[in-house]
Amino acid sequence: MAKQGVGASVSRKEDDRFLRGRGEYVGDIRLAGMRDVAFVRSPLAHARIKDIRIPSHLRDSVFIASDLAADTRPIRAVSGLPGFKPSDQPILAFEKVRQVGELIAMCVADTRAEAEDIAAAVEVDFEELPAVHDMLLARRPDAALVHEEWGDNVFLETFVDINMEAAYDAPVKITREISTARQSMAPMEGRGTIAVWHKRMDQLVLYTGNQQPHIVRNGLSECLKLDQLKVRIISPDVGGGFGYKGIVLTEDVCLGWLAMRCGYPVRWIEDRREHLTAGANCREHHYNITVYADRDGTLRGVECEASVDSGAYSSYPFSACLEAAQVASILPGPYDFPSYRCRTWSVSTNKCPILPYRGVARTGVCYAIELMMDAIAHECGLEPYEVRLKNLVRPEQMPFDNITNKHFDSGDYPESLRQALARTDLAGIRARQKTGEPDGRLIGVGLAVYCEQGAHGTSVYAGWGIPMVPGHEQATARMTPDGGLELRIGAHSHGQSMETTLPQVAHEILGIDIARIKLVHGDTEYTPYSTGSWGSRCAVMSGGAVATASRELAKLVKSIGAHLLQTDVENVKLENGLVTGPSNSVTIEEIAHTWYRRPQDLPSTVDPRGLEVTIGYKPVRDSGTFSYATHIAVVAVDPELGDIELIDYVIVEDGGKLINPMVVDGQIYGGLAQGIGTALYEEMNFDASGQPLASTFADYILPGPTEVPAPKVGHMETLAPYTEFGVKGLGEGGAIAPPAAIGNAVNDALRPLGAQLLHTPMTPRRVLEAIQAAAGDRKEKRPEVAEGLSA
Amino acid sequence: MKPVDFDYARPDTVDAAIKLVADDSRIVKMMAGSQSLGPMLNLRLVQPDLVVDLTGIEELRRIEERTDQILIGACITHADIEDLRVPDITQGALPTVANGIAYRAVRNRGTIGGSLTHADPSADWHSILAAVGAHVVLRGPDGERAIAVEAYMIGALEADLQPGEVLVRVEVPRLSKSARWGYYKSCRKTGEFAHAIGAFVTDPDRGVSRAVIGATESRTIVIAKADNVIGDGRTPRLLDKFDGGAVDELLGKAGMADPLDRQTHVTALRRAIEQARPQ
Repeated sequence: MAKQGVGASVSRKEDDRFLRGRGEYVGDIRLAGMRDVAFVRSPLAHARIKDIRIPSHLRDSVFIASDLAADTRPIRAVSGLPGFKPSDQPILAFEKVRQVGELIAMCVADTRAEAEDIAAAVEVDFEELPAVHDMLLARRPDAALVHEEWGDNVFLETFVDINMEAAYDAPVKITREISTARQSMAPMEGRGTIAVWHKRMDQLVLYTGNQQPHIVRNGLSECLKLDQLKVRIISPDVGGGFGYKGIVLTEDVCLGWLAMRCGYPVRWIEDRREHLTAGANCREHHYNITVYADRDGTLRGVECEASVDSGAYSSYPFSACLEAAQVASILPGPYDFPSYRCRTWSVSTNKCPILPYRGVARTGVCYAIELMMDAIAHECGLEPYEVRLKNLVRPEQMPFDNITNKHFDSGDYPESLRQALARTDLAGIRARQKTGEPDGRLIGVGLAVYCEQGAHGTSVYAGWGIPMVPGHEQATARMTPDGGLELRIGAHSHGQSMETTLPQVAHEILGIDIARIKLVHGDTEYTPYSTGSWGSRCAVMSGGAVATASRELAKLVKSIGAHLLQTDVENVKLENGLVTGPSNSVTIEEIAHTWYRRPQDLPSTVDPRGLEVTIGYKPVRDSGTFSYATHIAVVAVDPELGDIELIDYVIVEDGGKLINPMVVDGQIYGGLAQGIGTALYEEMNFDASGQPLASTFADYILPGPTEVPAPKVGHMETLAPYTEFGVKGLGEGGAIAPPAAIGNAVNDALRPLGAQLLHTPMTPRRVLEAIQAAAGDRKEKRPEVAEGLSA
Repeated sequence: MKPVDFDYARPDTVDAAIKLVADDSRIVKMMAGSQSLGPMLNLRLVQPDLVVDLTGIEELRRIEERTDQILIGACITHADIEDLRVPDITQGALPTVANGIAYRAVRNRGTIGGSLTHADPSADWHSILAAVGAHVVLRGPDGERAIAVEAYMIGALEADLQPGEVLVRVEVPRLSKSARWGYYKSCRKTGEFAHAIGAFVTDPDRGVSRAVIGATESRTIVIAKADNVIGDGRTPRLLDKFDGGAVDELLGKAGMADPLDRQTHVTALRRAIEQARPQ
């Protein structure tokens, strides 16, 4: 048998169905008698609802807030952080709407088109209110209020100060205003829900492509006032999660409510306009940041005011403050410095809620701090890598508690930078920059280093006090009578490749061919509780749980095997699917057959747990694994058109032990593509009335295959000290650094023109405006020269 | 995002189509490749009573090559031109541009007539066909009329289509062997609609020197006698004669107020000329 265990780049089991178009997504499911739902959504960002008029002949097909009021609760995701102001997100809006796309009425018909006809016939009278469309204006005293009862527009303000004033005598002080655009996650598959009341099971069954089915069961049960025994969530194949598919949506609650009353299955499939304008928004950060440094590039301190546009409501389960409050704790990045002050605001506006997107706060944080590291380099006349090497946490400091008490578990950060540099012809690029390009473009090189805390557990999330705190991660390992192995996990695999990698983990311990190991996931009825797939946690947590369950199962297998071999269990070993004793061996298939089919051959003392184990796992320390990487981008900027081409891209990543290196490469490629989207293309703009300006993919530009270069990827494998096999979480990392690396490369290219960009995405328009502004600056200086000449 | 309820007809002659589209008692939309109309229907940006599918009309799929021009039926697809199922008489201009329209999936269904009639200023055909001096032929209840491609677009998403008229074919003149052309478009990414297009054709043997600025807010800007911008076409390096300042001024007069927008369009035209093969 070819190597299949931990570290083997085996082909993905799930690709057989995906590549043949045989996946099963919510939109593929057909239930008898199923009808479709369309929603009446608010066309306004902020308004009072004066009246809703439903044509009388349609009254039985349209449901509004008053219909649901008695049976539902609003979605409420509270954070326990002091000062957090909760918001109630109505299932269907009444009195007031607070974002474009907010649900006002649910319409049901035989087809979606007919349901949309009904929705179009419902008339709503509004009294429009001034919209809060800008998170910086939202904090002004004259701003309109999204939630009047608060008295301001701030979900949460946080403040941390660690010896900041000690840095104020630093000779280098640089201040910048940096921001990242609001984005949409834009997975290929949007959200979708089918709800049906199952009479025999006395249970609401909700099919929804979801990363966190057990969390949705919690939220849905609370909103529908149902015992959890009466709620089952099935998450089939999922066409990309990226954070959006962990959220409990008002649409889910509506469909659940309707299915409990109507007696037939009901379906809502999110369309792309709904996705872009009403649901899946993320990323919008703003930084006023100052760095203090010595002339040799030593970072003395960082001072920052950071705002995140959290939108109208606090989403379940992550709440409205996870993003901004996390900025304060992770802004220091991979650097060791002594002084830090950070104030953050989670600001409420009349936009859809900000949701956690791959990388969560890290992408914005990395962009901000890495642009500042380059600014220090420029100011001090150093190469950007020299400033990094001066300030990166060093291997001999590991494990290292940084200035915000993040516990870096292991690694050699400077080495990842050195290895990335070794794959880049920095001297050649500098020489080319001096001579210029024949086509008139400007080339530049930029780098970014980041760390990614993954699989952080109870001790971290208990502090946030949000509706979801991960504890022990459980897995079930269960043998079938013919010697196959089922693994059951409560997380969901949708691109993480766990249908392959978790069997590899079990194979490592039990030696069963991965073709005979099946991962069962995506169904609350069949799987142990889990907070699900988020936070780069599944390789560590689900992998650790599967390893633990497999080890327990191995003991049971060996015990029965030893009996069949008529020897003591201490005399047998389990290898390659065989239990081998001093003189002979027995296969796992024979052992399974004996337990299930020939119990008469077992001794009376046999362990009654049989061949099935459910057990929980936590790393030795649950403060999270720290993977990290260096990204280096080389760009060519067209100063006439503003186009940016990526001409080289290098990534050197340390994800600890890699269960399947090919799968890790895939995760990095996918993350890179999304990071390039953040850097260069994706932007969800709103006008002053709070109207979203990108409602189709004609306006919301995503990178395609021709915009994503093949990166040169290198791996380091510094084993994590606290996890099974030394695995670290790294699923989100690819999306963290590209805006920073590309941003630094673009600014490096534009330096001869005196232009710089501090906002993503770096569109052609922004490049040209930056060049124009720099040219304007130069022109303004010209009269001084002229005056000098005349004197 | 599903269309409103509409009737559908698939006539097999132009005359039958004309009768259907001439019905002014209801909202009628013509459909060819449906690459723009399809999404617009789904978004309910158009809510027709009747969709007339033109793809069943054999005449609109016809190609006729003559000594001085080629007649291309309105329902000929971009891929037909890209793959040379339509003979090339433009020294490679039309197949090359066709190859850069959107994505192959779009090119397989999208048609030359549909693209012109949809009248998106960013569409490639408006610019390159104006540069080569092509005409569209419209047939209505009162017969046929031919107009220059650049006159067909009245404004963004509005074609000069009188009640009951159907675009039946595009007439493309044959370029001389000595003709030179260039085409450059600036897009955010492969396959996206352009935000600036420059195109030109010089054919000194036929006395033609035309330059086009496309992907503006509205109609393409055609410099029909472009000698003062690109010379007479007989110089080895056309770019030597290029006068970017004159083009910039022209764009300003045409209402393009934003200097960066003008810069992008002037650059697109200059690069189109740079790409022309030397003589």
